This record gives sequence, structure tokens and C-alpha cells, in this order.
Amino acid sequence: MVVTSEQNEFIIKIENVIAKVYRYLLINTVFLLSLLAVFSVSAAVLDADRADVLYHSYDGGGMKIDGPAILLRKKASESVAFSAYYYVDMISSASVDVMSTASPYSEERIEGQLGIEYLLDKSVIAFTLRQSDESDYLSKSFNLNISHDTFGDLTNLNLGLAFGDNEIGRNGDENFEEHSQQFRIRAGINQIITRNLTLGLTFEAVADEGYLNNPYRTVRYIDNSVPSGVGYQSEVYPQTRNSFASKLSLSYYLPYRAALFVNARHFSDSWEIDSNDVEFGYRHPLGNTLELEFKVRFYQQTQASFYSDLFPYQDAQNYLARDKELSAFSDITLGMGITYVLPKKYSIADWDSEVSFQWDHIAFDYDNFRDPTAEGGIGAEPFYGFSANVIRVFFSLYF
Amino acid sequence: MKHNIIKFSNLLVLVLGSQLFGCAQLSIEPWVKPYERQHLADPIMRANRHPIANMHVAHVYEARESARGSESTGGGGCGCN
Repeated sequence: MVVTSEQNEFIIKIENVIAKVYRYLLINTVFLLSLLAVFSVSAAVLDADRADVLYHSYDGGGMKIDGPAILLRKKASESVAFSAYYYVDMISSASVDVMSTASPYSEERIEGQLGIEYLLDKSVIAFTLRQSDESDYLSKSFNLNISHDTFGDLTNLNLGLAFGDNEIGRNGDENFEEHSQQFRIRAGINQIITRNLTLGLTFEAVADEGYLNNPYRTVRYIDNSVPSGVGYQSEVYPQTRNSFASKLSLSYYLPYRAALFVNARHFSDSWEIDSNDVEFGYRHPLGNTLELEFKVRFYQQTQASFYSDLFPYQDAQNYLARDKELSAFSDITLGMGITYVLPKKYSIADWDSEVSFQWDHIAFDYDNFRDPTAEGGIGAEPFYGFSANVIRVFFSLYF
Repeated sequence: MKHNIIKFSNLLVLVLGSQLFGCAQLSIEPWVKPYERQHLADPIMRANRHPIANMHVAHVYEARESARGSESTGGGGCGCN
């Protein structure tokens, strides 16, 4: 190939531009890193090594879910740490959604996570791979988080992003296969305000794309052509969902050695669901061996724009949902916990260890989801409500 | 002209960088000194004192409520029916 002088001149110009851009990026990167070094007086540290073994149980609304979980965390050096998480849900469900149109079922969900953290001066870079597997749902995701201590370690900034890919099946239907993706991006700041008070702000945007339905759920509609007066058809959700959540957190050290926590979150999404939750937590040590925890949490949400408990006729609108999680409802959680620091004589290899028990009672109250199994006639049944007990028993070892 | 653009962008990086990494432009000193943080360093003040329990709590709410995001435990979705 013959290169003309004009072409040669153009190539040289391009090379010059690339060299300048490269030099410019290099100078500014070195400059930013040196700034980072100047303002970094002391190095941060990674969290301590620990192992946790947990048994969890959820019982309420006809659902019983329990199983074990293990979390391991180990530093390989002062700047690198690895973590592993294994979690099992054993589910037996006869919930109100299932009982109205289907049969009770049982299944198992297994989740695994592998993570690595890298400490670079005052920044921690964390990368996590996650997989959740059940007979009709396979979810794979990765998560990247960067946090940085600054301003004399009074401020911690963090940025994160995640991507997940989900494969959705339907038990009993080999030909059914759908996909969805999820993108997450978040930013947060934690600020020490006084010697007793810290404040945190977190923002997170989540975008979903693909098959977002539950493949088993149906909506009901008035159908006078059948004796029961009600017909059922599959739910139809939009193929996208975008949401934004912001949370304010506050931790306060009380003068008699106790801690008060407040979390308030606001959420809104493109399905027109708005929600607010607020949580108050209190932790009170008794001597050096016991810690008591109490919490109360309020949550309320509005319904999705395409939700209805009873549609007037078949295919009443483009999108249809009667999932109670998309209805308008509120719930209240009352919780308590106790942690016992084990005496050294019961410890393994002289490591610190503790055993904890936590119990939460959650009461759900639905504003426009009726109990289809109750008497009263179609569309006139009482509104649904139920309560659940959640238990966690776990052993923690610090080594 | 090109040099001016590079100088201006260097200045921009300087200002943004120092805002991000040191608040040097604002002349605000960290007002809680390291030796004044013993209360904040107390383990009872750790919101994530029991990480394995917090992950379960987040999962329980995620499965039964529409809100997601800003849970501070990562999240990730599930096929909870």
C-alpha cells in the first residue's frame, strides 16, 4: 500500500495527539495520586478476621423458610482480605397467593458469594461475585465498591456499582426460559459530626430490564360467564423498572455507654411505587459479657400504577399485576436481640467468640389486597394481613 | 492556546482534587481529633456489628417489600415467590 505525503502527515498528527493525551493523563494521574498521598496522613486498616455461623427462620403468612448461613473473612496480608458467604433457604410455601390459584410447594435456594478487598493507603477496593440458585431462578452478579477515608478520617466516601444477570424458569414447563438484567450504582458519605455522633447519606439507583414478572402469579378479573364470577389471567409487567433510593443514617453514643441508631429511607420507582421506612435501634451492654438490642421499624408503600386487586374484565389494561408486594401496604417490625460474649475458657484457641439470638416480629397490613380465601364475595373479601416471626441464632468467632 | 487549555484543566483537577481529598481550599480543619474518638470506636457503635444477621434482615425485607437500594448490604435480587 502506498502512503501519500498527506496521509503520512495525518498519521503523524494523530500520533502527536495520542502522545499528548497520554502525557496529559499520566501527569494528572500522578498529580491526583500525589494529592491523595499528601492528604493521607495515616493508613486505614481492613476489618478483623472473623467467622460466623447462623441458623435463620422465617415463619408467617403460610410460609416457612429456614436454613443455615456461613460467613468467613480472612486477611491474607495487611492489604488484602478474602471473604466467602454461603446461605441456604429451605422454603415451604402455602401463602395466600399460592393457595388462591395453585398448590403448596417446597423448594431450596442456595446462595454463594466470594469477595476480595484491597487496601490502598486510605482506600478500600472491594469486589464480590455472587450466585443464587433455585430450581426456577438463577441469578449471577458482581459488585464493585470503593471507599475512601479523608479529611483527617472524619469523612468516608464510597462509590459502588453492580451488575446482575438472571435466568428465570418455570417448574413443570421445560420450554419456559426468560432473562433479566439488573444494574446498580450507589454513592455514600459517612461523616463524624461530634465525638458522639456520626451521620451517613446513601443514594442508590437500580435499573432492571427484561422479564420482571413472577411466572406463577395471576391477576383476577370479573367474569360473569363462569359460575364463580371470577376469571384468572397471567400477570404482565413492564420490561423495565428504574428506581432511586436515598437513606439517612445516624449513630449516637449515649453518655452511659449505649448506642442509638436511626435509619430513614425514601424510595421511588418508575412503576409509581413510593415508599418510606424509618428504623430506631438501641444497643445496651450489660457488663462486659452481655449486649441487648431493641429495634422498631415502620414501612409503608403506595401501589404500582398497574396493580389492581380485581380487574373489571380480561385484558383490562396493557400491564396487569395482583402481586401483594406491589399493592399499597404498611408493616411494623418489633425486634430484640441478645449477644453473649463467651468466657475465654470456652473459646477455641483463645480466640474471642460470642453467641447471639435475634427475634423480629413483623406485622403486614394490606390496604388494597383482599384475602381471596376469605368469605364475603368477589371483590368484597376483607383486606389481607398477616404477621411473621423471624429468628436468627448465630455464633461469631474472631481469630 | 493548547497550553492554556492544558493549564486550565490542570487547575480544574487541582481544585476538584483538593476538594475531594482534603478540603484544603475551605481551610476547615477536622474538628474531632483522633484521640477524641474513643466513643465512636466502641464496638457497640458499629451498625454492621453482626454482618451475617444484617444480610439476612435485608433479604427478608427485599423479598416482601418493593423498596430496594441503599440497604448498605449490597443486595442482588432473588426469585422470592
